[in-house]
Amino acid sequence: MNVMMKTYRRKLDLKNGRVDLSHGAGGRAMGQLIEGIFHRAFDNEWLRAGNDQSAFTVPGGRMVMTTDGYVVSPLFFPGGNIGSLAVHGTINDIAMAGARPLYLSASFIIEEGFPLADLDRIAETMGAASREAGVPIITGDTKVVERGKADGVFISTAGVGMVPAGLDLRANAARPGDAVIVSGSIGDHGVAVMSKRENLEFDTDIVSDSAALHGLVAAMVEGGGQHIRLMRDPTRGGIAATLNEIANQSHIGFRIDEDAIPIKPEVAAACEFLGLDPLNVANEGKLVAVVAPEGKDRVFAAMRAHSLGGEAALIGHVVEDDNCFVQMATSFGGGRIVDWLSGEQLPRIC
Amino acid sequence: MKYIDEYRDGRLAKDIALQITAAANPAHSYHFMEFCGGHTHAISRYGLEDLLPSNVRMIHGPGCPVCVLPIGRIDAAIALAMRPEITLCTYGDLMRVPGSNGSSLLKAKAAGGDIRMVYSTLDALRIAEAEPDREVVFFAIGFETTTPPTALALRFAIDKGLRNFSIFCNHVLTPAAIQNILESPDVRKLGTVKIDGFIGPAHVSTVIGTEPYEFFAEEFQKPVVVAGFEPLDVIQAILMLVRQVNDGRHEVENQYIRAVTAFGNEKAQAEVANFFELRESFEWRGLGEVPYGALRLRPQYAIYDAEKRFGMVTPAAKDNPACECGAILRGVKKPADCKLFGTVCTPDTPMGSCMVSSEGACAAHWTYGRFREHAKAREAGRAVA
Repeated sequence: MNVMMKTYRRKLDLKNGRVDLSHGAGGRAMGQLIEGIFHRAFDNEWLRAGNDQSAFTVPGGRMVMTTDGYVVSPLFFPGGNIGSLAVHGTINDIAMAGARPLYLSASFIIEEGFPLADLDRIAETMGAASREAGVPIITGDTKVVERGKADGVFISTAGVGMVPAGLDLRANAARPGDAVIVSGSIGDHGVAVMSKRENLEFDTDIVSDSAALHGLVAAMVEGGGQHIRLMRDPTRGGIAATLNEIANQSHIGFRIDEDAIPIKPEVAAACEFLGLDPLNVANEGKLVAVVAPEGKDRVFAAMRAHSLGGEAALIGHVVEDDNCFVQMATSFGGGRIVDWLSGEQLPRIC
Repeated sequence: MKYIDEYRDGRLAKDIALQITAAANPAHSYHFMEFCGGHTHAISRYGLEDLLPSNVRMIHGPGCPVCVLPIGRIDAAIALAMRPEITLCTYGDLMRVPGSNGSSLLKAKAAGGDIRMVYSTLDALRIAEAEPDREVVFFAIGFETTTPPTALALRFAIDKGLRNFSIFCNHVLTPAAIQNILESPDVRKLGTVKIDGFIGPAHVSTVIGTEPYEFFAEEFQKPVVVAGFEPLDVIQAILMLVRQVNDGRHEVENQYIRAVTAFGNEKAQAEVANFFELRESFEWRGLGEVPYGALRLRPQYAIYDAEKRFGMVTPAAKDNPACECGAILRGVKKPADCKLFGTVCTPDTPMGSCMVSSEGACAAHWTYGRFREHAKAREAGRAVA
């Protein structure tokens, strides 16, 4: 069999080759693409079994499942690429339930003409991210669409995880008096991506904060899980959208303190230059936790002791508010609302 | 951030606020209009209102070029963008501005119009160079600040011999609009609001200087302080205005001495004068026709004038009659006085000009300040819908 494969299949030209429609047609070329790129990059026992699905065992208890699509532009940015993002993002969605992520799936929609070298780089990064997180990608799918019908590569990942016994985090659980903690500096990912956008390239040392947060979450759960009301990763829309979502779902308000929110000077400067509010800018390796007042010190200490929570900050607290406003004491001494973003964040003309 | 954080120092702000409180005569009230949306944005975003004594009130003026662009001009741009040979380039915040019947450039783009968001006039030029088979039109908009870059783009287009580049000119002028607020016929219809002085936009004055306001200050006997957009700039300008009012002065003062001079950037003015001339009249959304309130290309550059080159027409289009923008832009009413505010008119679904751009008075109040009405209502023991 091996001799036959070596004789008849085209060699995958990872240096100069491009994805063509045959790579999605279900034939030999597709098998070769999957084996030569994805299986090699994600390598694990489930994929090696070569089934269209993977069977796995789970411990008893409550499971979580999530799925997410990744359409980032540009595909490669300082600190990662669409592949690492697709792994981290789905792991984080699972982790925000306080759960331990177990397995991922990955589905690729690739535009005809996409360079194999770039696909290989994306898959390698994905494989490395998944191995580092200890969450294997155990099944997947590949489709190729005609040129112009996608933007390079779209990736969908799904994941499953297990919630530790006794933990039940819910979006409507925030209560007046609870503390609001953010795990580190905000806006790094959004600024890193924007710095590489066409027509907007600017020099910055900022790299994306893209990271899998389940280790940090495990430390928080161990440190004071019973006191955690809920957690969210503030991705698109930034912490402004996250706090507004929680406020509406829990029917409470927030009072936060602008001076307490960690923002890197480079991120603040880039936002200033672009006319953006860092509170609206996306993060991929940060979480916002709402914690009961009696447990805030324990959870905060657990976060600070973890490598991904070393810059964690208490940024405010929950208040009673029928209007569900997120209010902020500005560093200037006044007050303002922190609102959802209206539509896409667009640069102002002056 | 060097040169920025210094102007956001909360302790210094409190000190200036104390000086304002000490200077403001408790027997009088002071009403100052910040003309420019950039100031409105700064006041709202930094919660500057909370630092001022209750007898010093800020009135938000019409100064947002996106807000004051009439619906008809948006409709005209959309019609142009839907022509197959046209690529329309524009700044990002114009994309969402509503035209007639819920249209916008964003929706026209989704419907197939070749509309591209650019960050500078030079980006539009680059597109014209790279795609010689397309007719590239730059949708030019803005006050005196953004006019020189448009002039520069024209200069480059001529130098490069680009024949597929033109301008849809919507540049408007600040002094004419400030004057209009005080003396237009609409003022009589809408009623007048007490305005004791104006804060003028520093970025405009970096180009035109402070001198163009001298006539205005003298004619209307109103003090003008040209100020920067950082919160400390604004609060210092308020202190300067309070002192002028107390002294009975009506002078043009320059708070933004770090960049503004009396006569501005004369090279930029010359370049603008070379390419542009005054329009006798131009409609400002919410303000109506403003005499000599806008610019157009000079006849000798007609080939670069998209309105002439493509026979563009500006259809007549009216704002929602329930919209109170006209009164809000003149300070006669506050955003929350409008029945549409926060009901059908929000930043997600803007109906009137004041809600259109983030710098508009209604948008700034909705986004940053609407909690104040609720707080006041709670104190007064009544609910707010």
